[in-house]
Amino acid sequence: MSVETMQDTRQFLTNKVLLDPRRDEDAGIRKSLSYIAGERVHNPMIYVGMGTCGRIAGAERTFHAIKEYLEDQDANVTLVEGGCVGLCKEEPIVDIQLPGKARLSFGRVSHDQVQSLLDDILNDNLPDAKPPQWQYPNPILQKWEGISTLQEHPFFSGQQRLLMEHCGVIDPVSIDSYIAKGGYWAFIDTISSNTPAQVCGIITESGLSGRGGGGYPAGKKWLAALEAVSDNKYMVCNAVESDPGSYMNRAIIESNPHRLIEAALIASYAIGASKAFIFIREEFSLAIARLEEALKQARDYGITGHHIFDSGVNIEVVIKKGARAFVCGEETALNNSIEGKRAMPTSKPPYPAEQGLWQHPTIVNNVETLYNVPLIMKNGVEWFRTTGTEKSNGTKVFTLSGRLQNYGTVEVPMGTSFRDIVYDIGGGLKSKQDFKAIVLGINTGSYITKETLDTRVDFEELKNIGGALGSGAFVVLDTGVCMVDLARFFTAFFKKESCGKCIPCREGTARMLEIMENATRRPSENNSFQTLERFKGVMQLKSLAGVISETSLCSLGKSSPNAILNTLKHFKQEFDAHIFERKCSANICTDLRIYFIDVDACTGCTACFKKCPVDAIIGSPRYPHYIVQDKCIGCGTCFDVCKFNAVLIK
Amino acid sequence: MEHIFTHFPNGKREDLIPILQVIQDEKGFLSEETIDAVGKYLRISTNKIYGVATFYDNFRFGPVGRYHFRLCQGTACHVAGASTLQKELEKLLKVHAGETDKSGLFSLEVASCLGACGLAPLVEVNDEFYTNITLESLKELVRMIREKENETL
Repeated sequence: MSVETMQDTRQFLTNKVLLDPRRDEDAGIRKSLSYIAGERVHNPMIYVGMGTCGRIAGAERTFHAIKEYLEDQDANVTLVEGGCVGLCKEEPIVDIQLPGKARLSFGRVSHDQVQSLLDDILNDNLPDAKPPQWQYPNPILQKWEGISTLQEHPFFSGQQRLLMEHCGVIDPVSIDSYIAKGGYWAFIDTISSNTPAQVCGIITESGLSGRGGGGYPAGKKWLAALEAVSDNKYMVCNAVESDPGSYMNRAIIESNPHRLIEAALIASYAIGASKAFIFIREEFSLAIARLEEALKQARDYGITGHHIFDSGVNIEVVIKKGARAFVCGEETALNNSIEGKRAMPTSKPPYPAEQGLWQHPTIVNNVETLYNVPLIMKNGVEWFRTTGTEKSNGTKVFTLSGRLQNYGTVEVPMGTSFRDIVYDIGGGLKSKQDFKAIVLGINTGSYITKETLDTRVDFEELKNIGGALGSGAFVVLDTGVCMVDLARFFTAFFKKESCGKCIPCREGTARMLEIMENATRRPSENNSFQTLERFKGVMQLKSLAGVISETSLCSLGKSSPNAILNTLKHFKQEFDAHIFERKCSANICTDLRIYFIDVDACTGCTACFKKCPVDAIIGSPRYPHYIVQDKCIGCGTCFDVCKFNAVLIK
Repeated sequence: MEHIFTHFPNGKREDLIPILQVIQDEKGFLSEETIDAVGKYLRISTNKIYGVATFYDNFRFGPVGRYHFRLCQGTACHVAGASTLQKELEKLLKVHAGETDKSGLFSLEVASCLGACGLAPLVEVNDEFYTNITLESLKELVRMIREKENETL
């Protein structure tokens, strides 16, 4: 059958695909779907990776250059604003698909390269100057000779893309292509053939655990909410993602917003909720815009709202723009924020599944947890359990960044070792320096060091080495990073983000920061009293950390001392060097630097002498100068102003 | 203000944060008068509104500069040297983080993660991103802006 107009497409997708379980059997339907999904094309099609990360890398300029080119040439080419495939290093990424041929991806296409690239490729020639990065293999299309496939690319070969399967591939704001790729099938099947209790059962059986950091079984939570008696229930999707160093949730929402809506619908149905909130950070403007557009389409198709597809099920999905506060990641705090109050956590029990939003049963699930749900419902429990390890099923999506060759959003099956993540997917370290550690997100404060690099991504295994998986912000560090400075940075973050409800967290993080600052700062007067204070502070750190983690209410407070404790555990030497020798081996703690003047190189120009804010430099014009160490505050001004490289750092 | 309130016909407590967000989007910041008006409309005391608004990082109570700098201080940016850049930027712009200078030219905000960790460190100036910045490129950037401003004067 041919699909001509938009109305036809819609009717075809609703009647022949969503409502007809025999959709897979008919070859004609499959063919139509492949056209709608953009797998087959009548005219050339160009996708530009336009996630936030792509835009920052200059994708907008590339997009406009392509648009101008196509208008100039009057070419019959479809241009699509796509999502992000995950390899941020190669952005802006431009994908080109010619009729009958496999789709090609070109990396780092700047706006001035557009002309020559399109001149070649639209005439069926592979550009010599810019070879494609990879091609998407497809049995129904002709393969390009001599070009590796996506799976062969080192960044992707170790990955298993289940949640990200459509990211960067489909048009994110086209409900048609999402349905054609198998989207919303699971939801429609679920409401027509499963009871809510069955859905909870399936999710429990699948072993899906919360991906936000806690690792709590999702099915258990749902069941508790389903069993709670109330006339009103709510489903909340936590898309706050405020770990500094993670943007995987934002990236997958931008690249495939429809799946989040589908998952929220299934979750709402499972607990009997008629309203689902997607609580997303206000700054994620592109993700919000795409979600709003996707939601409008879903509403238009009758997939959300009142009496969905004549099933009697009513579910409304609402997007809530959250104001910024790290503590909003905590479910009770998040609920308070939706209610229009300060985002302060409350004690559990009562759990939100019993008394959440406006005292009604509420489940709060992380974006990534939810993305798994339609897949489990569609492919079954057994299928889901084949991926991952014995205790942790499925995959984990994370942001990979730091001092690596490759970086971006990555999805690996549970059980992948961190060594593979760093050296295969990440392509090894960027600099010549050695690997030092991986930070697993600020909320866990745990580190993977050289010794534990063979640990696998698995909730249990990480617990055994005293860490936690966290939400998925993996920052890889080399020896050029000072761990004490990093612990201070984390503590400063927690001090700033503490909501102030529990005194141990509010005052304790401030005190911890003070101790850390004493360790990384040169004292104003280096007398014995201050030295004693510095030692005393460090002696107290462990017991202080113990009090904070034991007596704080929420996980933010409980985990705030982890970064310091883990630094003490894994990098004690570095800590000691800061405290006793007052040395920073990575040379990052600027306050601990000792400046001196090379008498041979100094010309006596008096530039440093004039600029020194504390008159610590003595000397007369045309004769080498000297820095009085007792007076020097280590501001580095002399180093900056010296034109003869005569000021050195020890 | 009235046209904003019409989007929130029921005027419930849960509308407070969305209303404040819309006002800030429109006016740039939350002034005393607007907060009074919101309090009257929602029947919430202004104290409580301030309590909520000051809790969250993204509400401002004064205007931003003509050039609004947002420096990323995520983990990846921090290990790439964003702290040094912050100090330098504060010196160059003559403002502290979270402040606007007297002439209204510059303001500086420290963001927790702008989401381009691979291109760290980065700074955003009026929706334009500058990636892989160094001390030199930062100085150059501020110099260019000042030059442009002087020309238009």
